[in-house]
Amino acid sequence: MNRQELVDLIASAKEKRQKIKHKIFVCCGTSCMASDSEAVLKALKEVIIEKGLQNEVEASLSGCMGLCNQGPLVKVNPDNTIYQKITCETIKDVVQGQFINKEPLRELLLFADTRPEPFINAEEDPFFKKQTKIILKDCGNINPEDIEDYLAVDGYKALGKALLQMSPEEVISEVKHSRLRGRGGAGFPTGQKWETVYKYVNDQKYVICNGDEGDPGAFMNRSVLEGNPHCVLEGMLIAGYAIGASKGYAYIRGEYRLAIKRFETAIKHAKQKGLLGQNILGTDFSFDIEIRIGAGAFVCGEETALIASIEGKRGTPKPRPPFPAESGLWGKPTLINNVETYANIHQIILNGGDWFSEIGTAKSAGTKVFALAGKIQYSGLIEVPMGTSLREIVFDIGGGIPNDREYKAAQTGGPSGGCIPLQHLDVKLDYESLASLGSIMGSGGLIVMDDQTDMVDVARFFMEFCMDESCGKCVPCRVGTKMMHDLIQKIFEGKGTKKDLERLEELAVYVKETSLCGLGASAPNPLLSTIRYFRNEYEEKIQKA
Amino acid sequence: MKNVSSSGIVELPKTDPRVKLIAAKIKKENYKPDALIEVLHTAQNAYGYLPINVLHYISKELRLPPSRVFSTVTFYHFFSLKSKGDHTCLICTGTACYVKGAQQILNEIEKEFTLKPGEVTPDNKLGLQVARCIGACGLAPAVVIDDEVQAKVKPENIASTLKAKLQSI
Repeated sequence: MNRQELVDLIASAKEKRQKIKHKIFVCCGTSCMASDSEAVLKALKEVIIEKGLQNEVEASLSGCMGLCNQGPLVKVNPDNTIYQKITCETIKDVVQGQFINKEPLRELLLFADTRPEPFINAEEDPFFKKQTKIILKDCGNINPEDIEDYLAVDGYKALGKALLQMSPEEVISEVKHSRLRGRGGAGFPTGQKWETVYKYVNDQKYVICNGDEGDPGAFMNRSVLEGNPHCVLEGMLIAGYAIGASKGYAYIRGEYRLAIKRFETAIKHAKQKGLLGQNILGTDFSFDIEIRIGAGAFVCGEETALIASIEGKRGTPKPRPPFPAESGLWGKPTLINNVETYANIHQIILNGGDWFSEIGTAKSAGTKVFALAGKIQYSGLIEVPMGTSLREIVFDIGGGIPNDREYKAAQTGGPSGGCIPLQHLDVKLDYESLASLGSIMGSGGLIVMDDQTDMVDVARFFMEFCMDESCGKCVPCRVGTKMMHDLIQKIFEGKGTKKDLERLEELAVYVKETSLCGLGASAPNPLLSTIRYFRNEYEEKIQKA
Repeated sequence: MKNVSSSGIVELPKTDPRVKLIAAKIKKENYKPDALIEVLHTAQNAYGYLPINVLHYISKELRLPPSRVFSTVTFYHFFSLKSKGDHTCLICTGTACYVKGAQQILNEIEKEFTLKPGEVTPDNKLGLQVARCIGACGLAPAVVIDDEVQAKVKPENIASTLKAKLQSI
């Protein structure tokens, strides 16, 4: 395929989509599928034929629309009308109301059970209004299993632009301009990372996509891979071109069956269209992507452990330096970025780095996807500009705490992060402010806890997690997490003493300072943060003893 | 009569379709040792777990020491050396499910079936496992019964759901 063919392909995909008056999407992400959305889609297709609407209405599956506990969700475009908790029976009423009676069914609209006046155009609802979507822009609006749907929303246009109009240096400079930072948690400037790998001269370099989303309570990467796999693929391709790599690996968690399946399909379709393989778009650039399925080890989210795992070994980390940028997969220069980082790339190339850097805050540009879960009215997937306050996320978007309970804390960054208590509810979420509160941005899991939650139990839960997931290679992490867990357990059971709490605080510092990789170095964070904000709960348990 | 090698390991029958699946995968990966994890995935999908003679077979085919294969298998949670049971029940104990009552579900199952995580009933009908997080936090607490995700599970209903499943086949 050459440039003109790509332009024609995008144009014809767009034209095809424009011919259809209404497109109905049934969310077929993992969550909605668990509520039987596939059967709803089948029933919907039957009902469209039954009513003779097949010329103006087309039904298709889509990725996550964001409100995972209101599923199955059904969305009618271009009206943006979303219906919730749809069954094979009620889908008939939806079609009847929407297309025959031309009157949307109010009782089935999204939030009909919780808001007095649900919106016909869902975008006007506070849940969506407060969000800015870059990564999830097309998620829920395209069929992730159809490459033409992606092409119709300017998919692979950025690849064409990068390959045919830009030099690798220009691509890197654009990414640097965007001030995009790694979305896996640590927040390292992406452009700088690309430049480092680019500068190493080697006959073989690799691009790796880290989709080993192991934090409990995080499902952003899963949803992106399920809802728009091509945008991740395109990001990897552009990265490969920029750094001079010809081979990429997507490392995806074994638990994410559907994400793996959709990404496999995306690779297959991209190859068929000549967007992946030899001499892409008639240039010298060739690129191939393979999927590697994770086998259930949290530590493999750490880059050197992930590389060991791709090499077929035990996923244990290595001391850095050398960094993967210099000596990574099979000793070759390797670029590793998170799924969400790659998902930003095509829009940065299309709209320019300046456009991206204007979104968010001075130090943290762009948007961040958060997975809202726990004691919150609307759990699901949201995307907000960096710098949005936690209060806006929990109360304006998430609908607050259910059952008239009070907000107590929110955990960000999973087992490597910390909690944010009530007095810091107005914190602007970006890398620096979260770090100053003793938490981290992490990959974006946000778990809300209400006043009934026992914070010592939360600390115990995360320490048990880190203890189990410690790979065992270095002593501070292997032994330290076990000792800390036992001490928390002792306090939790009401058998602890003041001395135990002191010892915990002391140990936490040692483990933090001396562990080999991020797992151990951040394992004490939930403990330290609960002690910092909820010391009284520890002391109460000790006094009772 | 079974073929027993000098090390006392029962050799795999080459005609077994499951062995053929593994052999095909190894061939596809060009007998590269770094395909070990990929091959183990295939083997576990075929058998439901990783019997020791299968590990020996893989070690021989990929020309890797058995210790390397064994250490890799035991490192990753996903791989199991024991049968997981005809039906599997996987309880998500991720943070969201935990704060919404995953422990009560585990307690119910233990009460009803005397099963703890990682165990299988004596008749091999039901195996219980826990997962760190299946990423379906919007559905918490989530339980996966035979690869099917069950949303917002109530502890009081789990026993009857499982019993119905066991009787269905």
